[in-house]
Amino acid sequence: MTSAPLEYYLMLSAVLFCIGTAGVFVRRNLITILLSIEIMLNAVNLAFVAFGRMHGRADGQIIVFFVMTVAAAEAAVGLAIIISLFRHRESLNPDSFTELKW
Amino acid sequence: MFYAFAAVAVIASLLVIAQRNPIYSVLLLIASFGALSGLYVLLEAPFVAVIQIIVYAGAIMVLFLFVVMLLNAPHEDTDFDERTHPLLRPGPMRLGGLLAVALVLELIWALSVGAGAGRFGIGAATSVAAIGRMLFTDYAFAFEVTSVLILVAMVGAVVLARKEGAR
Repeated sequence: MTSAPLEYYLMLSAVLFCIGTAGVFVRRNLITILLSIEIMLNAVNLAFVAFGRMHGRADGQIIVFFVMTVAAAEAAVGLAIIISLFRHRESLNPDSFTELKW
Repeated sequence: MFYAFAAVAVIASLLVIAQRNPIYSVLLLIASFGALSGLYVLLEAPFVAVIQIIVYAGAIMVLFLFVVMLLNAPHEDTDFDERTHPLLRPGPMRLGGLLAVALVLELIWALSVGAGAGRFGIGAATSVAAIGRMLFTDYAFAFEVTSVLILVAMVGAVVLARKEGAR
């Protein structure tokens, strides 16, 4: 059923990871930065599943399960922090949060 | 099939980065996750494909969408971001661009070194029963720690998002 070889999946994973990294570096919006982190996590998940398929084992998929759990926890805590920051400054630009204390 | 799903995933992810409005970003990311789910089906991992749709597109992205609409700040990065192109800005942004280029070069190098290594095996241990059995035997400890992590994240989110005067 799988027509494309492993390298294609790894290249796609690398491309998606680079897109996510570029998003973290370039965008100045906290929510978009969190979305870029989600893109990066998904790229890694794709690589895990592809490697697991190559070895014919289920370990890769179990790691993906754990990565998704960590992503859910990260999204919940990150969004809570964003809401808390937005209450303080009415802004989502990370450059407006340069002070350690206010 | 692979090329169709891969093209959808890449284009949707690029548009996520390019959008000004976070709501469109979230919706495009759901499309990207749908394409990735199709790729998981192609890799004979139906469990991960279903989890991708239910947990990622269904739960996490709805959480994002909820926060975006709660904050109600569609065009946030205005006065600073609209003036200059991000890569033309001085200092740390240039360093960030340099790091991104280094990452791309490293990935190209790694892929070129490892080229020709991969052939997919015949059999795939992908039944949900096999995954569940491994999850509760070999990975039982990690599974339990994960539940503690979820609990901590839940309590942390409640504490962090609490209103100031409510304590």
